[in-house]
Amino acid sequence: MIEVKNIHKSFGDAHILKGISTTFEKGKTSLVIGQSGSGKTVFLKCLLGLFTPEEGGIEYDGKIYANLTDDEKRNLRAKMGMVFQGSALFDSMTILENVMFPLRMFTKQSKSEMQDRADFVLNRVNLENAHNKMPSEASGGMQKRVAIARAIVNKPKYLFCDEPNSGLDPKTAIVIDNLIKEITEEYNITTIINSHDMNSVMEIGEKIVFLKDGLKAWEGSKENIFKTDNEVVTDFVYSSNLFKKVRQMYLEEKG
Amino acid sequence: MSYLHNIGSYFLMIAEMFRKPTKWSVMRTLILKDIDDLIIGSLGIVAFISFFVGGVVTIQTALNISNPLIPKYLIGFATRQSIILEFAPTFISIIMAGKVGSFITSSIGTMRVTEQIDALEVMGINALNYLVFPKFIALMLYPFVISIAMFLGILGGMAAVIFGGFGTLEDFITGIQIDFIPFHIIYAFIKTFVFAFLLATIPSYYGFYMKGGALEVGKASTTSFVWTSVAIILLNYILTQLLLST
Ligand SMILES: Nc1ncnc2c1ncn2[C@@H]1O[C@H](COP(=O)(O)OP(=O)(O)OP(=O)(O)O)[C@@H](O)[C@H]1O
Ligand SMILES: [Mg+2]
Repeated sequence: MIEVKNIHKSFGDAHILKGISTTFEKGKTSLVIGQSGSGKTVFLKCLLGLFTPEEGGIEYDGKIYANLTDDEKRNLRAKMGMVFQGSALFDSMTILENVMFPLRMFTKQSKSEMQDRADFVLNRVNLENAHNKMPSEASGGMQKRVAIARAIVNKPKYLFCDEPNSGLDPKTAIVIDNLIKEITEEYNITTIINSHDMNSVMEIGEKIVFLKDGLKAWEGSKENIFKTDNEVVTDFVYSSNLFKKVRQMYLEEKG
Repeated sequence: MSYLHNIGSYFLMIAEMFRKPTKWSVMRTLILKDIDDLIIGSLGIVAFISFFVGGVVTIQTALNISNPLIPKYLIGFATRQSIILEFAPTFISIIMAGKVGSFITSSIGTMRVTEQIDALEVMGINALNYLVFPKFIALMLYPFVISIAMFLGILGGMAAVIFGGFGTLEDFITGIQIDFIPFHIIYAFIKTFVFAFLLATIPSYYGFYMKGGALEVGKASTTSFVWTSVAIILLNYILTQLLLST
């Protein structure tokens, strides 16, 4: 579980996060949504410890990040998996080496144990035959899956994904979304996904946090997002005709 | 102001580079890879340049000595001195600032732009140690490259004497042996070590702390070349003043 308490983050004069509080639970996929530029990536990077908020704090299963020693911080980070917006695979390594990398860095496993584990997670993301390809030879969807495999290979307790399905076709996007959800439930991970895709919200959003201009404008479940009267949310959700239609049908059904 | 800031964060980077060392089994492969990229990969161009510039130095000296009172072995002497003291350590280092330096800046810069450095840091890895330290160790073999440059430079001079007919080989060999001061070699290698350090760290600095996209990677490589060269030239001046003038 991750508890976020009133975090603020600025870059120079630009106040990007203006006091956000929320909680993310274990074994659930939580979605952070909002328009481009609303601060989703900055928020996620604060959760990862890549940015330090000027105000407020973050607790990981009861441990306050700011109070940890450097060693404890490093141990905590070894328990985090991250899927970056652009995959961020190491381009000098093969796909297999990319996936084995966290194991090489943080475990004392033998080469064959690492290989077995990497094989296992690569199969888990449906990449059986790409082990020896370089990342540049893989398609965008494959790269995303490798990034997911690398993020989960060392059995993380926390998984962060920054727009894991941006730039993918709708079908592959849904496959990736569901993959993340399954893995979250299977290994009881606290998973947080940045997205601006309503399809993802519909598929896997167990908890949704809506950001606007650095503030939490709304939070709730995917069922509630279609019922809310919060204008900021409806504005975003019903920007597409498809969802306008869905809402209309829902309201008609309700009578 | 921004110069001071850059110099300050450059030294902080160097301190950070030695902290939280990466696991040795991983570091070993990184070092071997960097030796291959930075040292072995440079031998060809260094050999080519040294041989031909050595030849040219000899030809120029020979053509400019028309006074019959000046002994012919001076050609060999002048070639040896200019190659060992300046050409091999300094001139080759400037070329390396272009070759090795822009390679380092662009490869680290690309990792920054594509968030690979963030990925390392998220995992709790000291990215500076992981990326810069192996380059620093690999470039400790740089004096080996410079020895080859010295040897081939003089060999190039010798070839110019033989094929260009500028005096006799005996005179040239007498020249390269005469008045030899062993400290000059020490001086040259002290410079080489210092330049190796600059070549590993300044381009890394510009790559590591760059911001922006692919275009900025190109700009960072250029800036890194300029400042590495400036640092080499300045330290060359300071070290020469300190070590040779008495
Ligand atoms: N390192 C940084 N330095 C300065 N400003 C930044 C930095 N990172 C982000 N910002 C600013 O913070 C704001 C929010 O950016 P952020 O990347 O969090 O948006 P986002 O919600 O992730 O958008 P997208 O959906 O396009 O990824 C932007 O105005 C951006 O310019
Ligand atoms: Mg983003």
